[in-house]
Amino acid sequence: MLDPLATIGVIMGATAAVTDASFADDVLKSDKPVLVDFWAEWCGPCKMIGPILEEIAAAHGDKLTILKLNVDENPATAANYGVTSIPTMNVYQNGEIVKQIIGAKPKAALLSDLAEFI
Amino acid sequence: MSQDINDVIIIGSGPAGYTAAIYAARAQLKPIVFEGAVTAGGALMNTTEVENFPGFQDGIMGPALMENMRAQAVKFGANLITDDVTAANLTGDVKTVVDGEGREYKAHSVILATGSSYRELGIDNEKRLSGHGVSWCATCDGFFFRDQDIAVVGGGDSAVEEATFLTRFAKSVTMIHRRDELRASKIMAERAHNDPKISFAWNSEVTELQGDAKLSGVTIRDINTGETRQLSVTGLFVAIGHDPRSELLKGQVDLDPQGYVLTGAGTTATNLSGVFACGDLVDHTYRQAITAAGTGCSAALDAERFLANLHSK
Repeated sequence: MLDPLATIGVIMGATAAVTDASFADDVLKSDKPVLVDFWAEWCGPCKMIGPILEEIAAAHGDKLTILKLNVDENPATAANYGVTSIPTMNVYQNGEIVKQIIGAKPKAALLSDLAEFI
Repeated sequence: MSQDINDVIIIGSGPAGYTAAIYAARAQLKPIVFEGAVTAGGALMNTTEVENFPGFQDGIMGPALMENMRAQAVKFGANLITDDVTAANLTGDVKTVVDGEGREYKAHSVILATGSSYRELGIDNEKRLSGHGVSWCATCDGFFFRDQDIAVVGGGDSAVEEATFLTRFAKSVTMIHRRDELRASKIMAERAHNDPKISFAWNSEVTELQGDAKLSGVTIRDINTGETRQLSVTGLFVAIGHDPRSELLKGQVDLDPQGYVLTGAGTTATNLSGVFACGDLVDHTYRQAITAAGTGCSAALDAERFLANLHSK
């Protein structure tokens, strides 16, 4: 029998999606810090950062939740937070932005940017 | 495994790096290719339609072209590593490079194909407003400027490509250019001139950026008269050229004053035995996908010849 967790890992990865509708519940009301990756299909650098965020989520998901927000499908949240460049990665804690990372970065640089949360 | 001495390491993954990888892999040199942690595919990954790459009569999207080159390199057995090279020692007979995780790789030869990175304006507030209205990637960020007035700085092919792409979203696009005519190819320039959404600020440079949380406007200065004026824009896309990515090589590989790697006439060989260079890292003249691919091919053939001599000794 397949390990159910491993199966989920293959299908969904360690990150999940968040939408305009679920943003308040999944992000603003979360007990844990949440990193929201604002991305889109047509953004090359977003695709580069995707696998890196999966790895970080797999390793540090206990301390930091990582969610992906597709700006094409969820323009309201992106507009609310003034996102004009992607990838933008906002970390929310108690409903507030506590960290903003703009642009794709190598894993080591991202990990050091996120050191206080993981 | 990483302590084995490989035949060839290729640093970079644009048309030059992947073409070198295809040729080296077909020569059964089992190349190791450092694609870059977040830059795999190179500059074309942030472009749209490529209309001048021979063999694609209807054009091809930049990212698709690079995806195809990558797959072709993989097909022939290139070992692609999606990481940066953070240090390199290229002077000895055995070259060593270090990846982002601190792992060492050794090889008898190295092909440098790290390309170039975009040039910044170098003015106040540029860093602060990056990602808040100031952008270097129209394909990534154009979407956020729907029905807004924006500007593009530059007058070459990249600038015109960005400007025409941005008209899909923006209300108006002003091209700010230091000269009194576009430097872009005729077909691209004509497209810009015929686009009703594009206007031009000739002989002009950006001297100031305004805005608190987001860009709200720029000051431009007429280069001839010195007069300044305000342009009320919420987005500024910078396409004023590129600089070679050669920081890692300083002190080892001979560079010209602008930082381009120097190669001998009619070869990709550098001053260091077993080290070859290709693509935009070398080329300040042509800078096309097809010329980069061409010199990438040359570098792989030069490396193959070098290795054949080495192994026959």
